[in-house]
Amino acid sequence: MKKLVDHTKILRSKNAGPLFITFDLIFAEKSAMEYVQSKLTKAQVAKAYGIDEGKIDIISYEVVNSIKITFPRQNISGCLHDGDIYGCQMHMPLANIEI
Amino acid sequence: MKIVALCGLLGYGYSEESLQAAFAEKVDFLGVDAGSTDPGPYYLGSGKSFTDRSAVKRDVALALPLALAQKTPFIIGTAGGAGSRAHVAWLKEIICEVSRELGLHFKLGTIYSDVTKEYVLEKLESGKIKNMSRHFPLTKTAIEKSERIVSQVGIAPFIKLLSEGMDVIVSGRACDTAIYAAPCVMKGYDAGLAFHMAKIMECGAMCAEPVAAADVMQGYMYDDHFELCPANPARKCTVERVAAHTLYEQSNPYLIFEPDGVCDLTNSKFTQKDARTVSVTGSVFKEAETKTLKLEGVRCSGYRTISPATIYDPLTIEKFPEIVETVNAFVKENTKKTLPANSYTVNYKTSGGAESSLGVIIDVVGKTQEIADTVCALVRSRMLHCDYTGRKSTAGNLAFPFSPSDIHVGAVYEFSVFHLAEVDSLLETSEFTVEEV
Repeated sequence: MKKLVDHTKILRSKNAGPLFITFDLIFAEKSAMEYVQSKLTKAQVAKAYGIDEGKIDIISYEVVNSIKITFPRQNISGCLHDGDIYGCQMHMPLANIEI
Repeated sequence: MKIVALCGLLGYGYSEESLQAAFAEKVDFLGVDAGSTDPGPYYLGSGKSFTDRSAVKRDVALALPLALAQKTPFIIGTAGGAGSRAHVAWLKEIICEVSRELGLHFKLGTIYSDVTKEYVLEKLESGKIKNMSRHFPLTKTAIEKSERIVSQVGIAPFIKLLSEGMDVIVSGRACDTAIYAAPCVMKGYDAGLAFHMAKIMECGAMCAEPVAAADVMQGYMYDDHFELCPANPARKCTVERVAAHTLYEQSNPYLIFEPDGVCDLTNSKFTQKDARTVSVTGSVFKEAETKTLKLEGVRCSGYRTISPATIYDPLTIEKFPEIVETVNAFVKENTKKTLPANSYTVNYKTSGGAESSLGVIIDVVGKTQEIADTVCALVRSRMLHCDYTGRKSTAGNLAFPFSPSDIHVGAVYEFSVFHLAEVDSLLETSEFTVEEV
């Protein structure tokens, strides 16, 4: 079984403001994007991050063969329990999802 | 019309040759963003910048004489990193220092966008506050405890000062896009194209290949399209990079929300014009019925002392949860007569594990610096010598990389306000000054 990251050309996380975290998955080929689109579920993302499925948005942006995932940060940027202020190293649980 | 973005963030640097190349033709406007909330709440709270003074001065000193010589208005948004009055003063002082040293004279317009607690309370009470996230509602207490609150202004105050003929504009907290969209909208160009171009170029050459926030980007605005081309001949804009940058830091790839309305990119088309230039059409601006300004505020949540250390012994790493339990119980017992239990919090921020080593940062936040110092010292010394089941390495549990082992970080802030306020006028939070430097 391949990991999600193995299907992508770019897989990154970043704050979309201090309250939200957003992930960009960019694929080399349209077919790879479509394959992941058909397989990746909100339930998998919810499980990887220990959050509620209902909080997750998954939007395709086909102009650059990409998928965007956004949800509220569990710890908002800079709060006492936060360990990643910019949110740019939060992608590993997503990257490791098996697809 | 040609607009140039100096770099992604004032103080992050850019190539002097790139700037010269950009100014080889007439530049109508020069802009640079000088702030962000990315580095977290501390900077708004403390009034300090996350950028370095010398680096900012270097970036200003190379660009300002060029802009003035070509009579190119120079627009700087979110001064000092967080854009409060204190941050604006910090940047203005640097600009004035550069001007004195180089003998420059110009008309300087300043936009202040701080808001008072009374202003925000009034908005809350009259139902004019909208949540950015339903998990982060605004409360009266949060407003009252805020250290500073700023509004993120849009293009309106910039257009006002540009139309009054400023040579240089320094703004408090502002939308990154406003810096580049304001001149375009003022000159009558399509707002959809203006905001889309602004959104891409506000990060400097981040949309180019090789990528760099620390370099110059050029935007060319026309009636029915815009073009982006990096000033540095070693970089190029490609359709893929430019379109991908549209995704960056945005919660939705198709919509850019602005105080004036929303820029819809659903029908945007990206075309490779030449080897280094991308052309964009089809972005549409939809004016909002109710205009909003985003408010950002922070409050002090205590004072921090930290102690970083490493554990290499796999047996110690395995027993780390037991050690933490022992240490926490010890600190509670030791301070029960001297410190109220709610006067401090202890976090153990760890990375790694038994397969390599365990990095741990003892992170103590207290109601005062003294409390944080006391608790951190207790945790650190107890953790160093604490026994655990099956222990062999009885000389100590922690490898400290530094002496002193404890670092006094100072005040800690957290976001208290991050909300939209409905406004009657997009200028209602702006305060202006105009001066001859």
